[in-house]
Amino acid sequence: MPIPIAPHSWHRNREGLGIWEGRGKVVATGVGTSPTARRWDEKPETSLGALTILAIRRAIEDAGISPDEIDGIVLTPESTTGVSNDPNSPAPEGWSDVFKMVDYPQAGITRGDIDWLLLNMPELKNVQFKMNGPVCMSVAFTTAAEAVSRGLTGTCLVVRGWHNLAGRYYVGQGAAARDTASGPGKYGGIWGMPACATTAMIFEEYCNKYGKNHDMMAPFVVEERRNGLMNPDGFFTQHRPEMITVDDYLSGRWIAKPANIYDNDLPIQAALAVIFTTPELAKHHKQKPVYILNHAQTRPELQGAIPTLAEWERSSDKMGRMLYEGAGIGPEDLSFENMYDGFTLFHQFHVEGLRFASRGEKRGYALDLYQTDISIEGPNPVSPSGGNNGNGRTRWWHHRDSILQIQGRSPSQITRPAEYGVSGAHMPNFCDALIWGASVE
Amino acid sequence: MRKQSPVPTEFDQPFYDACNEERLVIQHCPACNRFQFPPRTMCPRCGASNLTWQQVSGRGRIQSRVVVYDSPVSALIPDQPFNVATIALEEEPDVIMLSHLPGVPVDAVPIGATVEVIFETTPATGQKVPEWRVVG
Repeated sequence: MPIPIAPHSWHRNREGLGIWEGRGKVVATGVGTSPTARRWDEKPETSLGALTILAIRRAIEDAGISPDEIDGIVLTPESTTGVSNDPNSPAPEGWSDVFKMVDYPQAGITRGDIDWLLLNMPELKNVQFKMNGPVCMSVAFTTAAEAVSRGLTGTCLVVRGWHNLAGRYYVGQGAAARDTASGPGKYGGIWGMPACATTAMIFEEYCNKYGKNHDMMAPFVVEERRNGLMNPDGFFTQHRPEMITVDDYLSGRWIAKPANIYDNDLPIQAALAVIFTTPELAKHHKQKPVYILNHAQTRPELQGAIPTLAEWERSSDKMGRMLYEGAGIGPEDLSFENMYDGFTLFHQFHVEGLRFASRGEKRGYALDLYQTDISIEGPNPVSPSGGNNGNGRTRWWHHRDSILQIQGRSPSQITRPAEYGVSGAHMPNFCDALIWGASVE
Repeated sequence: MRKQSPVPTEFDQPFYDACNEERLVIQHCPACNRFQFPPRTMCPRCGASNLTWQQVSGRGRIQSRVVVYDSPVSALIPDQPFNVATIALEEEPDVIMLSHLPGVPVDAVPIGATVEVIFETTPATGQKVPEWRVVG
C-alpha cells in the first residue's frame, strides 16, 4: 500500500490563520546523526539505508527511550539532488546478504523507504503511523509536527538520508549528455545552466537593485565554514578540516558567475533522525524538549522559466509574516536564524523575509548585516549551524542545529540565550519552515 | 551554440510549431488574464485548464545574467564560458525566458536593454527555439 503524504489541509500557506492549533502540543527531543562520506563506496554497511538505520538508533538512544515507544515515522524518500541510478536498477551483489529487500530494488540505496526500514529494524515493532514528507526534510518536519499535534502519532521519528554516487554533479550525465531534451528540462535546460545559476541570476538582480556585490558574501561564507568546523558530525570536520579565508572565497572558481564553487553546498552521504513527541510524553525523555511553535509553507508561482527577484521577495516576505503570526512572536524575539544556505546566494532572501536583525530595513540589508558581527558570539548569529555550506548538503543541518541550540548543546552554541529560532528550506519561493522555542510562554 | 533539440509532445506542440514558423506563442489564462511560460496543463494561480495559445510581440528586456563556466550539458561545454540572460517579456515582465544572447561578449550583457526574439535551429532535429538579440 503506497505511503501517503500530508493532505493539503495540513499546510499553513496563507496569512490570517492565527496562532497554530498545534502550538504547545509538539516538541523535539532526541537527535541522531550518521557519519558522513563524500560518496558511496558501494558497500552495504555505508549505504544510505545503513546510515539511516544508524541515525535512527542514535536518535532513540539520545532521547533515552525504548524503540517500543516509537509509533510513527515520517520520512523524506528522495535522496540525492544529483544524477542517480535508474529506479529499477537491481541492488548490488551482496546487498540481500545484509539487508532484507522490499519490492523497490533501490530502497536503502538511492531512496529512503519506511517499509524497508521497518523490515530491517525489527526493534521498531509498534509503528502505526507512516507518512512521507516528499522532496525535502523540511516537509517531513512540518508533516510530523502536524501528525503529532493531531494525535495521529505520539512518538514519531522524522528521518532523511542522502546518498551521493560517483561522477560530477550532473555534468555530462543522464539527460545532459544527450543531443535532444525531453521533459520539463527542455524549456530551460537546453541553455545549459548549472543548478546554482537560477539563484545566481536572481542574486545578480538583487545586487543591481540594492547596490551590492558578490564580494560582500565573503564574511558569511567564511563564518559558515567556521561554524561547520565546530560540528564533529559535519562533513568538513570529518574529512576536510580546513578553514577557508576571504581570499579563498574571492578567488573561488566560477560555476555560474556570480556563483562560485564556495557558493554551492557539497553533495555528501549522511542521515539524520529526530524524535518528535508531545510535551507530556517527553517528560521522561533524556533531552530537553524543544517546542515547535509554528510551521508554514510557500510554493512557486510558476509564471516564467525561472522565478524573478520580485517573486522571491514576495514569497519570503509572506513566509516571515505567516511564521510570526502562527507562532505569536516577532522578528525581535529570534535568538538566531538557521535558514537554508545552499546556495549561499539566496540565504539573504530568507534573512530579509524574516526581517532577522533588521533595524527597520525591509529589503536590501542582509549583505550589509554580513559585514557586522554575525558570529555565534555576537548579537545576531546568522546560520550558527554552519548550514549546508559549512557541513555538506543534507538540507537538515540547520534544522538539527536549531533543536540543539535551544537544548543548549549545539557544538556551535550561540553565546546569547537561545530562546527562539527559525529554520527552513529550501528555496525562497519553495520553502517549509518552522519556529522553534524553549517554551510556549 | 549547439543547443540540445527539444522534443515536442502533443501538449506543447503548438509552441514548438510556432517556433518553426518563427512566431512566439505562449499560454494565456483568460480567467486571470495572465501569460505563462513554460507551458503547463493548468494555470498555477487559479487552476483553470482552458488556457489559450496567444502570439506575443517578441519583445522584451534583459533582466539579469550569469556567465556559465561549468555547464552540465555536454554539447555546450566547448562553448564555455558563455552568457545566459533572463528576458522579461514586454507583455508581462514576470514571464521569463532564457537566452544565450548570441553575439554579446561574455561579461558584457547590457542589463535593461531591449531585445527581440529570433529563432535558432537546433542541430539534432532541426527544431527551432526562441533566442533573443539586443536591439537597443
